[in-house]
Amino acid sequence: MGAVPTLLLVIVLAFFLVHSVPGGPFDSERVLPPEIEQVLLERYDLDDPVPVQLAKYLGNLLKGDFGPSYRSTLNVNQIIAQRFPASLAIGGLAMTLALAAGLMLGTWAALRHNSRLDRVVTGLAMTGISIPIFVVAPALVLIFAVYLNWLPAGWTVSPGPAKYVLPVVALALPQIAYITRLTRASMIDVLQSGYVRTARAQGLGTAAIVRHHALKPALLPVVSYLGPAIAGILTGSVVIESVFGIPGLGEGFVTAAFNRDYLQVMGIVVLYAALVVLLNLLADVLYGLLDPRVRYE
Amino acid sequence: MSFEGLTLTRLATNRTVRVSGGIIAAIAVVAIVAPLLSPNHYMAVNFEAVLQPPGLAGLHLFGTDDLGRDQFVRTMMGVRVTLVVAIVASIVSLVIGVIYGAVAGYVGGRVDAVMMRFVDTLYAMPFIFFVILLTVIFERNFVLIFVAIGAINWLDMARIVRGQTLSLKERPFLEAARLTGVPTMAIIRRHIAPNLIGIVIVYVTLTIPQAILVESFLSFLGLGIQEPETSLGSLVDLGVDHMESSPWMLIIPGGLLAVILLCFNFLGDGLRDVFDARQSR
Repeated sequence: MGAVPTLLLVIVLAFFLVHSVPGGPFDSERVLPPEIEQVLLERYDLDDPVPVQLAKYLGNLLKGDFGPSYRSTLNVNQIIAQRFPASLAIGGLAMTLALAAGLMLGTWAALRHNSRLDRVVTGLAMTGISIPIFVVAPALVLIFAVYLNWLPAGWTVSPGPAKYVLPVVALALPQIAYITRLTRASMIDVLQSGYVRTARAQGLGTAAIVRHHALKPALLPVVSYLGPAIAGILTGSVVIESVFGIPGLGEGFVTAAFNRDYLQVMGIVVLYAALVVLLNLLADVLYGLLDPRVRYE
Repeated sequence: MSFEGLTLTRLATNRTVRVSGGIIAAIAVVAIVAPLLSPNHYMAVNFEAVLQPPGLAGLHLFGTDDLGRDQFVRTMMGVRVTLVVAIVASIVSLVIGVIYGAVAGYVGGRVDAVMMRFVDTLYAMPFIFFVILLTVIFERNFVLIFVAIGAINWLDMARIVRGQTLSLKERPFLEAARLTGVPTMAIIRRHIAPNLIGIVIVYVTLTIPQAILVESFLSFLGLGIQEPETSLGSLVDLGVDHMESSPWMLIIPGGLLAVILLCFNFLGDGLRDVFDARQSR
């Protein structure tokens, strides 16, 4: 169980990074009267030695309190609560789309190994991995919103569900490509194994073989990829939210980093790290359920 | 034929390697030579020729940007910066990764367990967010970008080198070398290093596109290379601002970036086929 130490390391590292900044967060503004500065420092616990501050921060985190924001009247919890739903909806939909499309395309290509279709899918997958998300997203906007005018380009201008299409597709594309490659490779392996040959010899059709015998073992590499996939989606969401003007966490992170609102930055980093760690944990559990050779003591 | 000879022959006959390597080389040569030949300078502002479409007028092959600067020369400068950042960052990750992985693999035991545990822990971190934080805290600076990207990408290299070293250590020819009294340093130099080169070359080739991605990602967010210098990422960022009126400003640098990344990925795949022939499926 590496989850807790990983999370702790992320928090401590981020904390020391933030506190290694020369001067406090209020330095850049005009010189404050000493009394006001003292009040500010006390309000944000900045007058304590750094280890004490860290202990206080960790203690508050345990209570689910991310602390105040340096720049906003809202505290970090409120900011996250405000920004999380949009990010969660887009990220969740993109992840679902990536899994569904990736698994189908990969299996399809594997069943027609070395055919022209297989080569087309593999080539497309390689292209999908190679084209960066910040090129894909504007290109999609240019084609589908500006030229064809089928879908809205912005977030705030349209109320309907159509506004989800372009951001979700753009965010999912690289992950679809990865999952397709993973599924194809492992499916080809599994389809060549002895028990699939036995099943075929017993007269089972391709669909039944895939469903009952091949799918479960072929899923294993995809399950291991869940952690990196969520990390990729979180990174991509920074770009997607800035291109489409979505007021989500990714956009909040960049804005906070530019404004040097360190507690908000830390809150988002901690939340992201927790999400990645959680998905890795989930992947481990799923792996154990799918693979009878893995047993947890 | 010797092992080296065989590898070279396979390299030359592998079509993926030839084509993708050739395209990268061609782009690199044009990026180095073309700005020297063009009459336009990449910093020269011309408010009388703003946002011109690609054409031969004034020899603006890719048009001009919102300040009337020549997009062709700027794109080529961007390719230069992008390639240099990626190669230097890859070398940083190569040095860290190979030393770390080889030590962990060769020493083995508890040291190995602790070292790889550390790598696993780092793997779970949302690194790009630390890089964003770093670039904001320490102001933007070229060297920092190299170091940050290298620091992200060494993990894969360390894992792969460690695995390879671990399996090499148990091979009979290494046991024989140890038994006949070859000193440790000579074993590493003569027997381990040559066997690592292939896989290291493959993974460096695959690290380069990752480094390009991180650099252009940072530049796209406005955290990377600073004006008037440019990189493909910052050109794409600028292109997004003007994509409705001047789509070529987005399409050309974005397309070029995609082609470079695609070629490096194909090159890495092809090289893996060449060097990994024994283990290839």
